[in-house]
Amino acid sequence: METLLSILIGFMIIGALYALHARDLLSALIAQGIVGYGLVICFLNLRAPDLAIVQIVVETITLIVMVAVVLNSSREEVRESWNRNKVLNIMSSLLIIGILVYVFAIMIGPLQPFGEHTTRMSEFYTQNGAEATGSANLVTGVLFDFRGYDTLGEATILFTAALGVITILRSKSKKESTS
Amino acid sequence: MMVYIMCFILFMVGLYGVLTRRNLIKIVIGFSIMEFSCFLFLALIGYIENGLAPILKEGMKNPVYVDPLPQAMVLTAIVIGLATTAMLLAIAIRIYKKYGTFDIRKVNELKG
Amino acid sequence: MNGMSLIVKKVTQLMSGLIFMYGLYIITHGHLTPGGGFAGGAIVAGAFILLILAFGSKVISLRTEKSQTSITESLALLIVIILAGAGLFFGSYVFFNNYLPEGEVGELISAGVIPLYNIFVGMEVSAALLTIFLGLVIYKEEVAS
Repeated sequence: METLLSILIGFMIIGALYALHARDLLSALIAQGIVGYGLVICFLNLRAPDLAIVQIVVETITLIVMVAVVLNSSREEVRESWNRNKVLNIMSSLLIIGILVYVFAIMIGPLQPFGEHTTRMSEFYTQNGAEATGSANLVTGVLFDFRGYDTLGEATILFTAALGVITILRSKSKKESTS
Repeated sequence: MMVYIMCFILFMVGLYGVLTRRNLIKIVIGFSIMEFSCFLFLALIGYIENGLAPILKEGMKNPVYVDPLPQAMVLTAIVIGLATTAMLLAIAIRIYKKYGTFDIRKVNELKG
Repeated sequence: MNGMSLIVKKVTQLMSGLIFMYGLYIITHGHLTPGGGFAGGAIVAGAFILLILAFGSKVISLRTEKSQTSITESLALLIVIILAGAGLFFGSYVFFNNYLPEGEVGELISAGVIPLYNIFVGMEVSAALLTIFLGLVIYKEEVAS
């Protein structure tokens, strides 16, 4: 299982690198689709069908919205040219990468090897979750009963984002339209 | 352990895109790649060897289920990711309308 | 935005209803099978997005300033909060209390309030995604005109 997942993530890394370097923005979006749909296959292999259903629909809608934006404006990639602060940029990037690798090395230490129990709550949820909530799908039980605040916050964020998109994209204000 | 390291490399690729690209659409793509690697990492933590999907079925003796808690967290995070991506795209398209370009350095110069 | 060719329109007429029904199935069986409010809501929004893409933006009247989807979204979110707050008045004083009888595990009507949460969260998610998409479509029309 670990080898299969590593190969899949390797394909996703190649797709991500191509998406960041493509000359045409439309092909960059299609290459981003490689990463998203590869994630769906990873979720199916990790025994998470709920996540796979959500991810495949959300990825499709994201692609539609992104393609609509790109077709509405320009498809040209801007030309790269080195600017004068080259040395400073490289130094700061190396510093950030060093810090991130160090934090990752610290964080990966206490984790158990891949494929074993890591969270203490999972035993309780898998053994008593069905009797406590009455739901056969344990993910829905956790989502709406044990972790209800999380779901409520998520719904609020979605509501706020929709309001924000409407507000940003409105082209004329009410004063202009009446006068 | 190999899978975690590959997942970290995917995150670093997204961060590289956000830091070095000048096109706004490429920056949005970099953000979504970072999001995907975080989802994958949380789902990897919850996996248990030879586990079943966390959906109860009648007549099974001592089944081993994978961890439902990270899956519930990621389920909400995916939809939030779509909302933030749409918000970033809306800002990008407004900037294109105003300045006629997706190049962030040119936008900086025009404003200054 | 104009519609597409005749073949696309005909196939969309056949398919979009099925996709809508599949989304409703995913929402209502969320506590028994994989899926739930989030997945089903996204699928329902996908059915409407398919309709708008194939038939052009004349399907839904975009002229009105206040969109129906925004009102639906707000109402669904309000109902979710009221359902959660109702737990304060039944039994123990806990927000998000499961106060309805739980029934048999595996039946369609079981698990207390979880199916109700699923239905209203699905409504909220689909309306929000549709609002975002309609915002982009309206913007495109205004730029073109």
